[in-house]
Amino acid sequence: MKIIATVKRVPDPNATIKVKPDGSGIVTDNLKYVVNPFDEIAIEEALRLKATVAGAEVILVSIGSKAAAEQLRTGLAMGADRAILVIAEQELDSLGVARILEKLTKDEGAGIVIMGKQAIDDDANQTGQMLAALLGWPQATFASKIESLESEEEKKGVPGIVVKGDSAQVVREVDGGLETLEVRMPAVVTVDLRLNVPRYASLPGIMKARKKELKEIPVADLGVDVAPKLKVHKLEPPPKRQAGRKVASVQELVQVLHNEAKVI
Amino acid sequence: MGNVLVVAEHLHHKLTKATLVAISAGKQLAGKIGGECQAVILGKGIGDLATELTSYGVAKVYAVDDAGLEHYVADAYASALCNVAKEKGAEVILATATAIGKDLLPRAAALLNAGMASEVTGFHDGGMMERPMYAGNAIAMVSIEGSPKVVSVRATAFDPATKEGSGAVEQIAAKAEGGGTKFVAFNETKSDRPVLTDARIVVSGGRALKSGENFKTVLEPLVDALGAAMGASRAAVDAGYVPNDLQVGQTGKVVAPALYIAVGISGAIQHLAGMKDSKIIVAINKDEEAPIFQVADYGLVADLFKAVPEMTEEVAKLKH
Repeated sequence: MKIIATVKRVPDPNATIKVKPDGSGIVTDNLKYVVNPFDEIAIEEALRLKATVAGAEVILVSIGSKAAAEQLRTGLAMGADRAILVIAEQELDSLGVARILEKLTKDEGAGIVIMGKQAIDDDANQTGQMLAALLGWPQATFASKIESLESEEEKKGVPGIVVKGDSAQVVREVDGGLETLEVRMPAVVTVDLRLNVPRYASLPGIMKARKKELKEIPVADLGVDVAPKLKVHKLEPPPKRQAGRKVASVQELVQVLHNEAKVI
Repeated sequence: MGNVLVVAEHLHHKLTKATLVAISAGKQLAGKIGGECQAVILGKGIGDLATELTSYGVAKVYAVDDAGLEHYVADAYASALCNVAKEKGAEVILATATAIGKDLLPRAAALLNAGMASEVTGFHDGGMMERPMYAGNAIAMVSIEGSPKVVSVRATAFDPATKEGSGAVEQIAAKAEGGGTKFVAFNETKSDRPVLTDARIVVSGGRALKSGENFKTVLEPLVDALGAAMGASRAAVDAGYVPNDLQVGQTGKVVAPALYIAVGISGAIQHLAGMKDSKIIVAINKDEEAPIFQVADYGLVADLFKAVPEMTEEVAKLKH
């Protein structure tokens, strides 16, 4: 089975993001880029799944500038088998990205696509669901698991996605609890934070990754419609919240909340 | 036509607050584009809920009542929703960005070849909408080209709709395709406390609480004295102190209560993304340099293990 895991290059989640004065984007000087944290979990899940399925192969896909090769190398160093980088310098929306992934998924004949539930730059949370729709596949979004990240199962590297014959069982994080679904394979699974703890790339892993295949494909060669329907016109910094004041004691705090703010 | 079709959600045979928020946003948008706000409700045995929906001032309610829709699953629901949207020529399909809204709408958007904007927080003239990006560190002005358009709205950005007027219900056959997904189980987290996203007061704990046991013995008495919902930072969730459905932040729940009390939370960017629209923010932290104090209306520099039990007592006194 071919397992596709997606890898987006995003600004470091711990970096301070500032909007450019002209509103055309964010300030990227000296900004560090990383693998989207949710995609790291997707790569980890793909690797765990591979270990349970004989003859499985993990293929990483990224879409964006040539610089995204760096993030693909990180995933290869974690243990993925090969990578595809679709070079697209233009603005893309989630539907355009889903169409590119649809084409690659069909070309590769993949049996499952595992993706982060959202990228931490545009926070859209759309692409996996759109890809599933375009392929006509079932989807299981926000995959999680019942066992905690401190559990023995987690330490043993047991995958959260349980493949049984031609279907897969997935535990999902939904409002107010956990839901269990059974999806017919092939399927798209998007992952949430509580699914696993991604491994670090080992030194031998990093050495090996240099020799692994990383194929670049110009987006134009795929022949898919990627004209964005969602247009971003301008960015603005969020309204600043005024810092308030310090109170000296618990008694004062409860007093002001009761008498001044009148919230308790 | 230019109508807005709001997707209504229900849980335990009740319309959810998220549904009322979506109706309110849908009416606002319909007003901007000069169309009607309509609603669609999908499920099994939902006739009375469809009737109830008409009392929130929606012009028309489409009910898709089908045994195959007993449990929400994305493929069957998206297929049924798209049938209604196409048959009725909806210009915008809109829902609140709940777990269901987030799962369903992008799938429907792709089936309709529609562009989608997620977690919209405001509508402007000329088709412009605003939505947060980069964990709320940027507010983007966006628009969607083509028709139809799909929009999810952030629950905290619109007031729930109130009862007004009445409309008619029209039954529509499901004709749902799917069947690739089987609902197996729902393990609901049982709690007598208010729902985190609906609560008037939220008390959240961070890693400084040091253990799940301390959440129970130190934080929970304050939570209950205030009749509040309990939340947590991602650090506390990652450390396994409390389950993830309590997580407030970019990757968890977004809340905007009247009062938000952050206890032992430093105030990482991704946490602020989930609570900075709260009306009043209180921070209790022993580190006076903690970034949380920059957004707090009232800050108390103190050891939480001393301050929280004291506050629980003070609050109890107030209620007597």
